[in-house]
Amino acid sequence: MSDKPRKFKGGIHPEDSKALSASKAVQTAPLFDKYTVIVHQNIGAAPEIIVKKGDLVKKGQLLAKATGFVSVPLHSPTSGTVAAVEKCPGPTGLNVPSIEITADGQDEWCSPFEPLSDWQNIEPSILKQRVVDAGIVGMGGAGFPSHVKLSPTKPVDTLILNGAECEPYLTADHRLMIEQPDDVLIGAAILARILGLKTAVIGIEENKPDAISKLTGIAGKYNVTVQSLRVNYPQGAEKQLIYALTGREVPIGGLPMDVGCVVQNVASAAAVFDAVIKGIPSIERITTVTGEPLVNPGNWRFRIGTPISKAIELAGGVKYQPAKILLGGPMMGFAQNSLDVTVMKNTSGILLIPVEHVSQYTSEPCIRCGRCVECCPMDILPATISQAVENERFDWAEDLNVLACIECGSCSYSCPSHRPLIQQFKRAKAEIMAARRKKSKK
Amino acid sequence: MTIIITAVLFATGLGVFLAVVIGATARAFAVEIDQRVETITGMLPGVNCGGCGYAGCADFAKAIVEGRTIPSQCPVNTPVNITRIAEYLGITAGEKEKVVAVVRCSGSCAVTVRSPYNGIRDCRSAALVAGGAKGCDFGCIGFSSCARACPFNAIEIRDGLAVVHPDLCVGCGKCVDTCPKSLIVLVPATVDVHVYCNSPEKSVLKRKVCKTACIACRKCVKAADSENQMIVNGFLVATNYSNPPLPDLIEKAACPTTALRLASKHASGAYEGVLK
Repeated sequence: MSDKPRKFKGGIHPEDSKALSASKAVQTAPLFDKYTVIVHQNIGAAPEIIVKKGDLVKKGQLLAKATGFVSVPLHSPTSGTVAAVEKCPGPTGLNVPSIEITADGQDEWCSPFEPLSDWQNIEPSILKQRVVDAGIVGMGGAGFPSHVKLSPTKPVDTLILNGAECEPYLTADHRLMIEQPDDVLIGAAILARILGLKTAVIGIEENKPDAISKLTGIAGKYNVTVQSLRVNYPQGAEKQLIYALTGREVPIGGLPMDVGCVVQNVASAAAVFDAVIKGIPSIERITTVTGEPLVNPGNWRFRIGTPISKAIELAGGVKYQPAKILLGGPMMGFAQNSLDVTVMKNTSGILLIPVEHVSQYTSEPCIRCGRCVECCPMDILPATISQAVENERFDWAEDLNVLACIECGSCSYSCPSHRPLIQQFKRAKAEIMAARRKKSKK
Repeated sequence: MTIIITAVLFATGLGVFLAVVIGATARAFAVEIDQRVETITGMLPGVNCGGCGYAGCADFAKAIVEGRTIPSQCPVNTPVNITRIAEYLGITAGEKEKVVAVVRCSGSCAVTVRSPYNGIRDCRSAALVAGGAKGCDFGCIGFSSCARACPFNAIEIRDGLAVVHPDLCVGCGKCVDTCPKSLIVLVPATVDVHVYCNSPEKSVLKRKVCKTACIACRKCVKAADSENQMIVNGFLVATNYSNPPLPDLIEKAACPTTALRLASKHASGAYEGVLK
């Protein structure tokens, strides 16, 4: 790897606003009296609930078991009683099945796993089973089960750790890399051992120089290389990161393993460290609570199931009414309509946006300026696809490779006509997938 | 002079030759048109709504002539024209029960909880963003996807709620697939009593987000003339369309949330502002 920062083609440069919380050390949130754990926290099949109302559970006890290969188990964030198993507000705005736990205040462990501190001498398959059992998902935002990526069906020669954190405002991974560099690097080394690799590379955007220097100082010990990346959104998208670090392009519809790569988020690597070395399942994560309206933005270690209203209280409440509350970053996060939504394994940020940053506009016709085409990191034609969708010609959109869209929002961000491009692409993708399902049923 | 005569003769000759070639080709490759199909197409409404199950009126006319369907299969046509088609072909018109569409939701803006939404004004797009920005996950989003699909302007969007006018609706079913919440069903036109709610959620949750939701209090079930006129399914009651109740059930049941309504009165807006 060279010392020169790397990047991919296209992308945008939004105001990063990370200064709000970047210097705030991670604090551990206190134990709350109630946790509402959303059952389906991963991409793939929802796990099957194995507890019922009235059950006593301990911290780390299994609440729901995986129902297939692309599925992860769910563990209790604390000890207490299962108050209800019912539908509660979820991050997508719909009510989703959840498990409500009333904490008993004891926070008693059930010690679900043996710590495997001698991981260098343990069979990779046992380490992988631990990742499966601990319910670890991609903690950067997607929530893809980590163990699925660790079972490549094609030869893999590169393990990439994603420390880009390109979303504006978010600083959770940044703080993690500064405060627990050894955990991240040991996690990376464990992941490399599972994949049968000797080395790993960790990509970090240049706007986190303290994290880069901290990790570079000790990375050699664990056979990990640190590579700085140019600040460019969406640098942390899997395919863009692979291109920036290796120069390889993942084919359309393909997976990173098609070009011999596996990408894991740094927070997932730290979760792997916790699971293997300490025997802790994935029940907590670092989340950035930030935004201009907050009195005291910062980074907290939350247990899954913490309502975002509590998180906002911890951040000192608001100085003035925010216009929007997002889960995730401003580019790809989901707007929330309830404060009862809870922190999930993939909630990287809780973001409050002031009214002056939320433009309520009407969209205008496309003026063919081509900005969306220039900034599209996937090299598709957003303007043309948008017109196809407006005419409800989803077959044209499919021919124009709308399915390759990663929904990063760069095109919508740069469009001077404020066209709702990403929403149109989501619609096209949904229609194409529905048509395919219908076809395969016949 | 000779040049002019040669030119005229050549052009005339070429014209005659081509006329013969075109004429012969046209005869050799002539497509036989069944005159009856043309005539019947003329007797059909010509809106190409697809309500008959065929790809437009001409295709339906062809199907009638070939005996694959009956004239009354067209839900739009007037009884006079249906009889004319049957007489023209010397067949029976047949009977088809008239159906109308019902949007099983009464959650207008006035009675429901909604979040601000600034995206595409189309239900199927809006459903992808937080399920439609409506407190109820199952209710009408009200961005008129169904109304735009209706060839007869029978669906009106009133205060963020799609309302079917039963007198204009012909039951072609074009709207049914456009609803991302699957709220629209085709029901017999003779039935006037419907439950305007389709949320299977618990009654408490429904009441939090909508004043006119069916809370499964079963008042209508008890007030009905016979036991199975109204069907209870979890936290939702629905009309049994194979044994429908009479319109007087509305008064007898006195539905506390006005989810139980007459389609005709619902269309005229008689239930708006009833619940404060």
